[in-house]
Amino acid sequence: MEQHQRRSLLTRLFEPPSIGVMAPGTSLIVYGLLAFWTAFVLFPIYWVLITSFKDALTVNTGPFYLPWVDFKPGLHAWRELFQIDYEDTLSAFLNSIIIALASTALCVLVGSMAAYALARMEYRPKFGLIFLFVLIMVGAAAAVGFLGQDWRLAFAVALALFVLLARAVGRYFKRAVGNGDILFWMISQRILPPVVTVVPVYMMFQAVGLLDTHAALIIAYAVVNLPIVVWLMHDFFATIPIDLEESAQLDGASRLTTFFEIVLPLAKTGLAATTLLTLILAWNEYLLAIFLSTTRAQTMPILVAAMNAGERGILWWNMSVVIIVMIIPVVLMAIVLQRFISKGILVGAVKG
Amino acid sequence: MTTVDPSGADPIGAGPVAAGRPARKASAALPRSFKERPPGPGARFSEWLDAQAKTLFIMPAVTLILIFSVFPLVASIVIAFGRVRLRGGGYTYRFVGLRNFEKQLFGSEQYHFLGVFTEISVFGWMMIIGAAVFLIWWLIRYVRRKFWWLGFIGRLITASLAFGLVALFAATTASGNQFGTLGVTLLYVGIGCLVQFSIGLGLALLCSQPIRGKTFFRVTFFVPLMITPIGIGYAFRMLADTQKGPFAPAWQWVGLGDFSWATDPWAARSIIVLADSWQWIPFIFVVLLAALENTPKDYVEAAEVDGAGGWQIFREITWPQIMPVAATVMLIRVIEGFKLVDLPNIMTSGGPGIATESMTLHALFAWRSLDLGQSAAISYLLLFVTVVICVSFFNMVVLARARNT
Repeated sequence: MEQHQRRSLLTRLFEPPSIGVMAPGTSLIVYGLLAFWTAFVLFPIYWVLITSFKDALTVNTGPFYLPWVDFKPGLHAWRELFQIDYEDTLSAFLNSIIIALASTALCVLVGSMAAYALARMEYRPKFGLIFLFVLIMVGAAAAVGFLGQDWRLAFAVALALFVLLARAVGRYFKRAVGNGDILFWMISQRILPPVVTVVPVYMMFQAVGLLDTHAALIIAYAVVNLPIVVWLMHDFFATIPIDLEESAQLDGASRLTTFFEIVLPLAKTGLAATTLLTLILAWNEYLLAIFLSTTRAQTMPILVAAMNAGERGILWWNMSVVIIVMIIPVVLMAIVLQRFISKGILVGAVKG
Repeated sequence: MTTVDPSGADPIGAGPVAAGRPARKASAALPRSFKERPPGPGARFSEWLDAQAKTLFIMPAVTLILIFSVFPLVASIVIAFGRVRLRGGGYTYRFVGLRNFEKQLFGSEQYHFLGVFTEISVFGWMMIIGAAVFLIWWLIRYVRRKFWWLGFIGRLITASLAFGLVALFAATTASGNQFGTLGVTLLYVGIGCLVQFSIGLGLALLCSQPIRGKTFFRVTFFVPLMITPIGIGYAFRMLADTQKGPFAPAWQWVGLGDFSWATDPWAARSIIVLADSWQWIPFIFVVLLAALENTPKDYVEAAEVDGAGGWQIFREITWPQIMPVAATVMLIRVIEGFKLVDLPNIMTSGGPGIATESMTLHALFAWRSLDLGQSAAISYLLLFVTVVICVSFFNMVVLARARNT
């Protein structure tokens, strides 16, 4: 009897009354876990937020949790960063905005053009030509490295040589790679840890005097994020019906016109999602920024990290202000971006 | 491949061969035009431009990747084989062969990269022998079933690397020694990805239940992914502080008020994995949730009507449906996991000692001390490990799945 009652209690708690409805016991557990995770996600952000309103004394005398209840919040740190030391903060903020926007624009433009081309046109670069290209470029690099030739001259000559040779002997090569191979090659660049390429990139920018400028970071970020853009945009373009483009072509529209006036507007959901993702990645990037910028092109992550270096120890309150300033735009973007993911637009690419 | 491009199959970079082909002329002579453009001096240029469209579309991306990704990759191996010195604004380069790699793997930097080796414990030997037996059995099984020499070589590389890594862990951690940055990186990737995948999947399953406020949970859980790793690193440093952090009373209550996690190797590693998970669980969660919602509900409901249990439904119906997405998401996570640098740099600067130093951070420190050859050598070793592991994962999980279904 006892056992029977207990079982019926368990059943009542955990057996769903009907399909699509949770039993009270299950729903208690589910909501409990969800509430716990919400707290786990939000608490670090909350802590940084309240730290930004604390002063040195409040931070150093022990944990205080609730503003107005156990400590008196003040704008002390915000004033220091935006009124007294505002030059550093503002320049880093502007640098970050300029670099993130410009690199995203470059990356999305170049990447979606390549993705479109790979989705719609047929490429058959010959193995022989690729091999020839690599050979000539290695030759040029050797000429620069060992014979001390001027690098501009060497590469111009190599490029001219390649174009000439390609036109002369190109037709004798038979084996070729296809679009899928090119696409894979582009996407696989993402596997490359940035630290592998960054030292030569650093030297290259140093050679042309672009070190510590916006341009260096813009290009570097665009290249790093290019695989993602190509991957996602290729997937979006593949889902667009080809009829509209064909009729535009019949009407005499050029490829470029078709792309900018017909295809891009059709792909604007995907374009928006990709742009936001790239923007966020560029906004948060740290490793390349350490290598390629020192003072003039310093971005926000570097500014945050630099607050560790002072002889006064870590200025947690100032750092929290900068972190909050960095977080706000990104969280707004995240809320927008999340819609695209739940629609399955981004997941479609992941499946592929 | 449905293509309407008239300029056929000319190779990339074959130059302006397609200008003025008959097909293009025919389309230009059509009576209706897409846009009423007045014929002028620009017309010829735009016609030429259009003929070049095929090259024009892909060339910017190819050029960018060639200059800033492929060329540096080649240059990096050249640097890795040499000793580069900064001298008066320029660099001097001296070829030293495999000396840099030798130093990392067998020489004076071995403790830093691989770890400290002494006597291998009994448990270590058991690990090594177990791994060897398993890998040999795995190779023999492949040879017996079907043999393709390229596939065999690939599996041989995978097996050698796997054996090397098991032997590394057996000789270091399992024998009570400290391991180097390679072990730390693998630890971050291995443990981090496992934890993140399980929790991310769990959360996705929770959120796919018929709950209220789904949008709220989804947006909230998604946010950490977007926050800069630097911010996360410092936030977790504050949170983990046992004296001024928010959990200080709890630490004091347990009697660990004076404990500093930054001086204990395993505590430091755990807190970095925790911060990394805080950031990356949302990624797995969001993608898997979307995958769960995109799967048809009919099977699950039919199984529920038939009285199948929750675990049974998950194993037999849900998991096979989301498996391809799960495999891809893990591949992306593993790729990004190998690049981890910000958190260890911010939270511990690789300390205590080298206990939390990832390989990227190791290369960064080598670069800071102007030892470019070492830096490039470490990067290349990282690249090798990353590529072998990712390609193996891709072949064995992602592709095998596609082959079987």
